[in-house]
Amino acid sequence: MSILGNRVLRREDPKFLTVGGTYVADLDLPGSVHLTFVRSSMAHAKILSVDTSGAKAMPGVVAVYTNEDLGMARMPTIMSMTNEAMTPPMLASRTVRYVGEPIVAIAAESREIAEDAIEQVVVEYDPLTVVIDPVEARKDEALLFPEAGTNTSFTLDFGGDETLFDDCEVVVELTLVNQRVAPCPMEGRSAAGHLTKDGRLEFNSATQAPHRVRDALAGLLGLELDKVHIVTPDVGGGFGAKASVYPEDIVVGWCALRLGRPVRWTETRSESMLGLGHGRAQVQHVRMGGTREGVITAYRIEVIQDSGAYPGFGTVLPFMTRIMTSGPYKIPKAEFQSVSVVTNSTPTVAYRGAGRPEATAAIERIMDVFAREIAMDPAELRRRNLIGKEEFPYTTPVETVYDVGDYHQALELALEVAGYDDLRAEQSRRRTSGDVRQLGIGVACYVEITNGLPDGEFGAVEVRPDGKIIVRTGTSPHGQGHVTAWSMLVAEQMGVSIDDIEVLYGDTDIVPRGAGTMGSRSLQIGGAAVNQAAVDVVEKAKDLAADLFEADRDDIVLDKSNGRFHVVGTPAVSRSWGELAKAAVAKDGNPLFAEVDLASPGPTFPFGTHLSVVEVDTETGKVTLLRHIAVDDAGRIINPLLAEGQVHGGIAQGVAQALLEEVVYDLDGNPLTSTFADYSFISAAELPSFETRFTETPTPINALGAKGIGESGTIGSTPAVQNAVCDAVAHLGVRHVDMPTTPIRVWNAMNDAAAGEDAEKEGR
Amino acid sequence: MRRRAKTPRRKDADVKVDMTVNGTPESHEVEARTLLVNYLRDTLGLTGTNIGCDTTSCGACTVLLNGQSVKSCTVLAAQAAGDDVTTIEGLAHEDGRMHPVQQAFQECHGLQCGYCTPGMVMAITSLLSENPEPTEEEVRVGLEGNFCRCTGYHNIVASALMASRVPEMHQ
Amino acid sequence: MIPACFDYVRAGSVDEAIGLLSEHGDDAKLLAGGHSLLPLMKLRLAQPAMLVDIGRLSELSYVKEEKEYVAVGALTRHHDVAISAVALTRAPVLAHVAGQIGDPQVRHRGTIGGSIAHGDPASDLPAVLLALGGTLVVQGPNGRREIDAKDFFLSFFEVAMTPEEVLVEVRVPRSEGQWGFEKLTKRAQDWAIVGAVAVRTSNGVGVGLINMGPVPLRASAVETAVASGANASEAAQLAAEGSEPSADFNGSVAYRQHVAKVLVRRALEKAGV
Repeated sequence: MSILGNRVLRREDPKFLTVGGTYVADLDLPGSVHLTFVRSSMAHAKILSVDTSGAKAMPGVVAVYTNEDLGMARMPTIMSMTNEAMTPPMLASRTVRYVGEPIVAIAAESREIAEDAIEQVVVEYDPLTVVIDPVEARKDEALLFPEAGTNTSFTLDFGGDETLFDDCEVVVELTLVNQRVAPCPMEGRSAAGHLTKDGRLEFNSATQAPHRVRDALAGLLGLELDKVHIVTPDVGGGFGAKASVYPEDIVVGWCALRLGRPVRWTETRSESMLGLGHGRAQVQHVRMGGTREGVITAYRIEVIQDSGAYPGFGTVLPFMTRIMTSGPYKIPKAEFQSVSVVTNSTPTVAYRGAGRPEATAAIERIMDVFAREIAMDPAELRRRNLIGKEEFPYTTPVETVYDVGDYHQALELALEVAGYDDLRAEQSRRRTSGDVRQLGIGVACYVEITNGLPDGEFGAVEVRPDGKIIVRTGTSPHGQGHVTAWSMLVAEQMGVSIDDIEVLYGDTDIVPRGAGTMGSRSLQIGGAAVNQAAVDVVEKAKDLAADLFEADRDDIVLDKSNGRFHVVGTPAVSRSWGELAKAAVAKDGNPLFAEVDLASPGPTFPFGTHLSVVEVDTETGKVTLLRHIAVDDAGRIINPLLAEGQVHGGIAQGVAQALLEEVVYDLDGNPLTSTFADYSFISAAELPSFETRFTETPTPINALGAKGIGESGTIGSTPAVQNAVCDAVAHLGVRHVDMPTTPIRVWNAMNDAAAGEDAEKEGR
Repeated sequence: MRRRAKTPRRKDADVKVDMTVNGTPESHEVEARTLLVNYLRDTLGLTGTNIGCDTTSCGACTVLLNGQSVKSCTVLAAQAAGDDVTTIEGLAHEDGRMHPVQQAFQECHGLQCGYCTPGMVMAITSLLSENPEPTEEEVRVGLEGNFCRCTGYHNIVASALMASRVPEMHQ
Repeated sequence: MIPACFDYVRAGSVDEAIGLLSEHGDDAKLLAGGHSLLPLMKLRLAQPAMLVDIGRLSELSYVKEEKEYVAVGALTRHHDVAISAVALTRAPVLAHVAGQIGDPQVRHRGTIGGSIAHGDPASDLPAVLLALGGTLVVQGPNGRREIDAKDFFLSFFEVAMTPEEVLVEVRVPRSEGQWGFEKLTKRAQDWAIVGAVAVRTSNGVGVGLINMGPVPLRASAVETAVASGANASEAAQLAAEGSEPSADFNGSVAYRQHVAKVLVRRALEKAGV
């Protein structure tokens, strides 16, 4: 009886439900100082002076530091692809480039005093010209980095075929915005550091990648790697934004070394809205061409990526967007171009999907526009263009090789679950009767890349003499349930109870290496590594058992129903895992264990179809999401309960981007949505329960047959909802509504369409 | 592990605060500006209740005050003097059995990272005490003040509805 | 996140509170439910030197049926107004709107008096009060006085109370007739982008607007039109008259004016016009 594929309840839960998790802010660190930061209130300005004397004089303030005090190297930029001149300092010293940029660090005896001290610091600014709009920034009129001579930080130019659309009967074009959003994990950024008795820096971080934090601290603080020990407590969500190491993290480490006392920092939500990286922020221009019968033959997308003030991961998001340029369609010719620019806003980073939602949103929107142009049902247009299941592995025009899929199955299932024909009939009824509340139906077919980075992963399994199993993993779960899922994998291989398994992660002393959790990689590479280690331990155990039983190695059987080894034919004489563990130690002093560094076998490509049903109040423009259907295929599903949870969370974030959320700056670069009161974080009241299904097309890429699922919900849902909104008012002449489709945006679109029609009627 | 406040305060701005927390009488001198959530977390060491925002929006700090859900970040400890406070740590039965709402969260996979969870559980406990048989819509609107980023609310709503059907909740 | 330091005094009576306000002037602010004041203080947008906590004055928490009106003590929590049998039967629109403010946790703490005295044109209750033709009872060093709702909201966050006065009671005429309350928000818990309330009173139909100007507004032109026999659609066309909606990223002036007409029409229809 396999445990895999079952809805095993989470082992993690009882603690969270009864006493709560232990997050960085909950750690008991006696004698600690509290660190906080004075942040820029200007979007772009020279710093004329910083007066910290008032803060320093306050009772209870331990130290106040500026960038000069730190004397540290700059914070490294992402890879070497971007312009070196755009590297941020740890703390701003000469120029501030976004509201919220940290300028001064204050260490105080209490959180209260630290906040009081912020008000005592006086910064004098000399304003510089602010550029917020990435399209404007590209003109290089107001430069953020004069030494760089440009605002462009990264380009991808794979275009230039002027004849791309020459043979197309029909060509449609659209400019659309994939707006800047804020990841908003419920726990903001938080870190703590202290010097241990043996002179090591022990550092706690709310991170998705503990080893990345270790490497950054060691490198920037001039410490040997083994002098830095990361202990990751529970982390309250990350969604990609906590995969980056931030200057504040480094400053915490620096202060811990300098002050000789534990230092802790926990940002407020308002700080987080400015300081934690933002997501998406692309302006896209797309062009699609094909035949009148609905065969798409050419597609081009041009992206302007907003990097924010300093190029971080956000600046290279187009790299990921490009990989998924042509989506799940067999479009023979496709091109991608992008320019990433800096603007006076919070730096952009990876956020759930990290470049792939942008690709899907663009192509799915233009597919609907194309469908309308040729008066074809949007589901039918997709049906005609989806890659067929016999065509895998499939190489796209941008040379991405998709592993395996049955895209049509997902589409048909989504339409069936939705009751598509009935929905269209209802829509038609309401259009005919001129109902104030119009129905919109949006379809989105997606495919996305998971485990797209080349990192392998570490996994280890050890059996203790008491029979308990210790699993170590290089992934870094922050809500995904790896303890439960890895326990299931190990239990499956070793025939033990999941309750006898302990899964360790997040501690760089215990787990020597790891790439962390992001990019929907963990199961297929981290789980696979643990799985392989379990397989290896079984093999080693069989060797030991063969010795013990003085039998042939090939005659040893592991009875997975009870986790005991015996010689084939004599099950009554058996040995337990614990006994074999003792035997291992007795044999050569080593425990019974296996360690695996699993090289990545390559990325996998989950896919699916999402379908949204919305109602638009045509008098106010307000959109209500009535239903959301999601059919997702992530290959083999190990725990459907966990997989569903990932899809649910992804859908909510995707719907939020389509309907509600956006980070807004005014023209002076002042953020208008920097609290949870102003930023339209989606709540339960705006969402229905979701209708989710999985199809399972196992991937041949890895031993588990599993693809990632963590980001699929977000990727599929956003365009389905946006398409639904546009669909609801398409009969009124609306071609497109940008996200978020807030009431004012929908209403403006309806008005503009009506005005356009009036103009047409009047012959203007 | 309970953290005791050892940090210097403006003593001239102290108030004496007595309240019952999870059935235990507590008495302390705190700065008048001490928020109930910080009193619970920092003075009493009850770190289960979390802080998720600074605009009374997210509900991660929800506890029960005299049986009613409140956002403890927007209550001064001084305002709660004489009151009965229940936090997530005080919800389970004396014998360790989980409260039906906690149990439902486990069965319905109602949590992922856990950060919003204590606030959600307390909010739902209060909601069900006022509306023992809510519709799904009533649950969703009733949770408009509790944000979650991980779960999409689907399983949280399922947890609330499952808990509402447990006989113990209707006694 | 943490307010600036302040001194804290718990007032044992309304008179004591008035005495403290008189003594400390601008340095002191009243603390009732705290859900208008504390959020401002946590962001350090308000830094009163002293808070006078009147939250325990249980004598100011009641919903009573008088002959002509319903009297609600200023310290009655929104939740208690929403479930009050008296409010539900004698002033149902008030009970309904109280039951929609913020979220359940906010409603367990926020008080009707605190909300109204705050004078926020984007909050729901003031518009209801105006539509109903309510009265505010305040108490100061010179005793009690009554102020008509229409004279109470002076400007943005400014109400017709002196710094030493305490709002003690809110009175709304009994209004058992039909009513409509329409609010456009992006999310359920948001402040209204625009809101409208219409209620049948003994004087006809009262119509209030939310977030259509720096103060809560009565849609007087609409009321007059209804009184002269206009139907909901016709009367609602005048919804934006006398209003001064602002523009922000949730709505332009034109949009708000348009939405006001839509919501007023819908509210009037529900009020039986």
